[in-house]
Amino acid sequence: MKVPLKWLREYVDISLSTSELARRLTMAGTEVDAILTTGRDWEKISVAEVVDVSPHPTADRLRLTTVDLGGEQMTVVCGAPNVAAGQKVAFARVGAELIDGHSGEPAILKAAKIRGVESAGMVCSEKELGLSDSHESILVLPEDAPVGTPLGEYLGDTIFDLDITPNRPDCMSVLGIAREVAALSGGSVREPPGDYEEQGRPIKGRLSVEIVDRDLCPRYCAALIEGVQIGPSPPWMQECLLAAGVRPISNVVDITNYVMLEVGQPLHAFDFSLISDRKIVVRRARPGEVLMTLDGTERPLNNDALVIADAKEAVAVAGLMGGAASEVTEKTTAILLEAANFNPANIRRTSTTLKLRTDASARFEKGLSPELAMVGIRRAVRLMVELAGGRAAEGIIDVYPGKKRITRITVTQERLRRILGLQLPTLQVRQTLTSLGFGCRWVPPDRYVVRVPYWRTDVSIPDDVAEELARIIGYDELPITTLRGAIPPAQPQPSRELRERVKDILAAAGMQEVIAYSLTNLESLTKVLPPEELRERPPLRVANPMSQQQEYLRTTLRASLLGTLSSNLRHRQGRIALFEVARAYLPRPDELPQEMESLAGVVTGDRPDRWGQPTGEPVALYDAKAYLEFLFDRLGLTVTYHDGEEFTLVPGRTAEVRLDDQRVGLVGQVHPRVAAAFDIEQDVYLFEVNLEAVVPQVGKPRLYQPLSRFPAVEEDIAIVVDEGVTAAQVQAIIEAFPLVQRAVLFDVYTEAPVPKGKKSLAYSVAYQSLEHTLSEAEVNRERRRILDRLKGQVGAVLRS
Amino acid sequence: MTLPQLQELREIEDKARKELAAVSDEEALESWRITHLGRRSRLNLLLRGLASLPLDERRQVGETANRLRSQLEEDLSQRQAQLSEAAVTAAVESGRLDVTLPGRPLAMGRLHPVTQVLRDILAAFVSMGFQVVEGPEVEWDYYNFEAVRIPKDHPARDMWDTLWIDYARNEEYPMLLRTHTSPMQIRVMEQMQPPVRIVSPGKCYRHEATDPTHEWMHTQVEGLAVDENISMADLKGTLYEFARRLFGRERRVRFRCDYFPFVEPGADMSIDCPLCEGQGCRACGNSGWIEILGAGMVHPEVLTNVGYDAERYTGFAFGLGVERVAMLRHGIEDIRLFYANDLRFLEQF
Repeated sequence: MKVPLKWLREYVDISLSTSELARRLTMAGTEVDAILTTGRDWEKISVAEVVDVSPHPTADRLRLTTVDLGGEQMTVVCGAPNVAAGQKVAFARVGAELIDGHSGEPAILKAAKIRGVESAGMVCSEKELGLSDSHESILVLPEDAPVGTPLGEYLGDTIFDLDITPNRPDCMSVLGIAREVAALSGGSVREPPGDYEEQGRPIKGRLSVEIVDRDLCPRYCAALIEGVQIGPSPPWMQECLLAAGVRPISNVVDITNYVMLEVGQPLHAFDFSLISDRKIVVRRARPGEVLMTLDGTERPLNNDALVIADAKEAVAVAGLMGGAASEVTEKTTAILLEAANFNPANIRRTSTTLKLRTDASARFEKGLSPELAMVGIRRAVRLMVELAGGRAAEGIIDVYPGKKRITRITVTQERLRRILGLQLPTLQVRQTLTSLGFGCRWVPPDRYVVRVPYWRTDVSIPDDVAEELARIIGYDELPITTLRGAIPPAQPQPSRELRERVKDILAAAGMQEVIAYSLTNLESLTKVLPPEELRERPPLRVANPMSQQQEYLRTTLRASLLGTLSSNLRHRQGRIALFEVARAYLPRPDELPQEMESLAGVVTGDRPDRWGQPTGEPVALYDAKAYLEFLFDRLGLTVTYHDGEEFTLVPGRTAEVRLDDQRVGLVGQVHPRVAAAFDIEQDVYLFEVNLEAVVPQVGKPRLYQPLSRFPAVEEDIAIVVDEGVTAAQVQAIIEAFPLVQRAVLFDVYTEAPVPKGKKSLAYSVAYQSLEHTLSEAEVNRERRRILDRLKGQVGAVLRS
Repeated sequence: MTLPQLQELREIEDKARKELAAVSDEEALESWRITHLGRRSRLNLLLRGLASLPLDERRQVGETANRLRSQLEEDLSQRQAQLSEAAVTAAVESGRLDVTLPGRPLAMGRLHPVTQVLRDILAAFVSMGFQVVEGPEVEWDYYNFEAVRIPKDHPARDMWDTLWIDYARNEEYPMLLRTHTSPMQIRVMEQMQPPVRIVSPGKCYRHEATDPTHEWMHTQVEGLAVDENISMADLKGTLYEFARRLFGRERRVRFRCDYFPFVEPGADMSIDCPLCEGQGCRACGNSGWIEILGAGMVHPEVLTNVGYDAERYTGFAFGLGVERVAMLRHGIEDIRLFYANDLRFLEQF
């Protein structure tokens, strides 16, 4: 909301500097987004009178415009269609700083030859002056604008651009801001007058108003002004409107806009002669009802929409916009003026349905006071009598089914103290509230009765009163204390703790954490999930996505991780190892989805050399697996790896990770076709862990292995087995022997002399006892048993 | 009259000393030892021959010979020490390295900057007795809006443009991506009785076009403290402490009135702009202040919604944007960098 300070001063004296005023308003809840100064950049621009307009010798659309600058005359080329002799205009000389009408950037005006005619100045549009975006026509100043006066002196003002919070519709008016200013600076408010002489016949009997849907219309006021003469509004009113960002149209329309901006009450003026049967009916729209609104749009109305109708048909969408058929025109002489109050939620619904937001709806939807309707209509009728030459009919029709009692709130001193953390003196409470227009009575021994002014529809409970006090006194004045009292007992957060540990471990292992968007597209998911899974468990879809790129909640982290890898490969060589720990969203019928904490990692590229440069030796499955081994070791968990299969991964290069025989993850090479779908041409290895499945196993302490005081005997054993026998099988057999303290695989060999289809596995085995030094005979016996069992179970023979 | 043996001992000593001085390595030293102190050395042969001498001569020569032997042994060990010292020195001398060469690279992993900043934020509150709890990102309309006093058709809904989930019963029970972490206030209070003191981090989503200061996915931290006798002064104290821990003791902090439907009184907190030291710059919109969180006293209706006695209990709540804090801290000007995951960005933290 734009509030020009010139206008604001009509209602309150401002004793503060502009910056201090802005600061106090901001601190008290009305944020000053920007302080705009018009006129500051208007050097070399002054008020001029157009004395002659003649055709351009060679261009149809251009005119030669001669302006009088108060003694001096200049002729320039002008392209605006509305320029006419007798107008007062803003004229810029060469060297003036203007906003370029096309680019919107500030530019210095230069002398130019336009289609052969020398032009050393410009008649300005609103956009060129930075007043609005209007550029098609020139700005026509009020008739009494003093010719030759610098424009800044005439039109310049300081304008506050305010950010009004949705709870304060009363502040969407200059008067409302004046009330804030008065409370914040100790001044008092001058209410605009609303009295007038009733020269016309009584309205009673000449217009009937019926509210059919009383739930949606708490109040409807109607006044009649006859004998008006439609014409421009006075210069001072146009100046106010222009400064507030509203275009002047005609006296009647300007008055309705002016009063809305002044006191906050939206108004609508109908041409009374176009209201059928002199009857106003406030009702829900009928099935199939359509209204052509003022903006020329045909608007089909659903039956939740409230309309203002005459005896025949709808003439306005209540609280949003009037109909074109009953619009005030130059021929209008009798005005039916409406000031009403509507149900905020209903206005908002209709506004959403029609995709139509207006200055009126923005106010109604926030809950204006019905009391304001009468204030607004009186003010507007007065101005119509004064400025449009009208006769006001006697009386105002006031249908008021929703009248409410004045809100009174009992506020205890104790409640104020508990909320604000300090005890305010009674006098300060009363003064502060009174400065805002509240009534405040002290009821000994301990409470206040606070009467809420009609315009403050947002204040209804004692804590609201506490806020009023705090914001006017200043939040900075409240004391600062630290929390006392019991600290609630800690609840374990195993899932969160695991997630954070996993991040630390993988970062320590050299992987980079990434965080990707939770929403993805179907195309990406299709690349990494089998079609049947997508069919059976389709991901959740956003009903109103911002783009197709972000339409589905991801059910796997794989796609985004491969996408991230792909985009980084464009500018990165060498090893890349990325991981993400985030939620996958698994739909459940009629329930919120399961948000499963998941881990995914990818590694690709060449191993680095001593200088960190790529060696030409690409990472392999075992590099990816190493991260998992490190992770589970650090978590104190023992997992096993088994041949696995997965849609995205290469068969035979995929392992399933099991914890207590439950599948908790996998690791493998990303299928080249999948990689290619992400524009990745090199080998990529991927792992995934379902952290939810791991959580219950974490946190069990590891049991310590006692250290033997007796020496270990170490020896190497190499065996030959079928290629299908796994290292894990052999390892398990060897380690099952009681005297084997550990067995470490140190070589796998498949070349000659190892026969085809076989492989040689070499282990370094350490024998040790906790009780005594092992004799050679004992070691020999154990080795024999190991070899026997290896032979029996996996057909191993000792490699000679 | 000198005994010939004594004369020989002098010769042995002279020769041994002279040769020892010339010894320059361990190998030469060992051959010197064999020559002069070994079984077949002149000294040893002389000592062995003592038995044939008369008693007083034997004593006189024996004493001198033994003294010489221990002297030479002493010299040997001294020389040995000198040589090994020299060898170490030589080895060290010849082993000079260019210490400015880079270290052998370790694989360097890093946490995402949002993770890092989030942890610092949580740690600040945990040290003040707050517990960390988490909740769902896909939420019911009830928790996200209704229970925190933002009913359908309320104009405050404009403050949170929402991404809705498309599912069968969306008309009856609308499902959405939470627009803020405030639903956690309700979920936490439904689960426990006062005293409550929690922070709840997590992702939130808005139906919003992105630009350098707007991102549709972002990370928030919600805070909630409810007990008997909690006031705005406690809110200020807690958040002051947080701001100082995160942004440094020299930062100034400002509270102003603001509106959120679920708090009353409502507030927001700003710090003086760390980039221009409060002088006014582009980052702070020339105001000198940067808003970092919204806060307020929990609205009594919110307490009533979860069955708390709003007469007995009061509390405060706040919500802050993690990316915003990270941007301030690292001078990042474009919020979209966080989730673009460009390694050239991520590796800077």
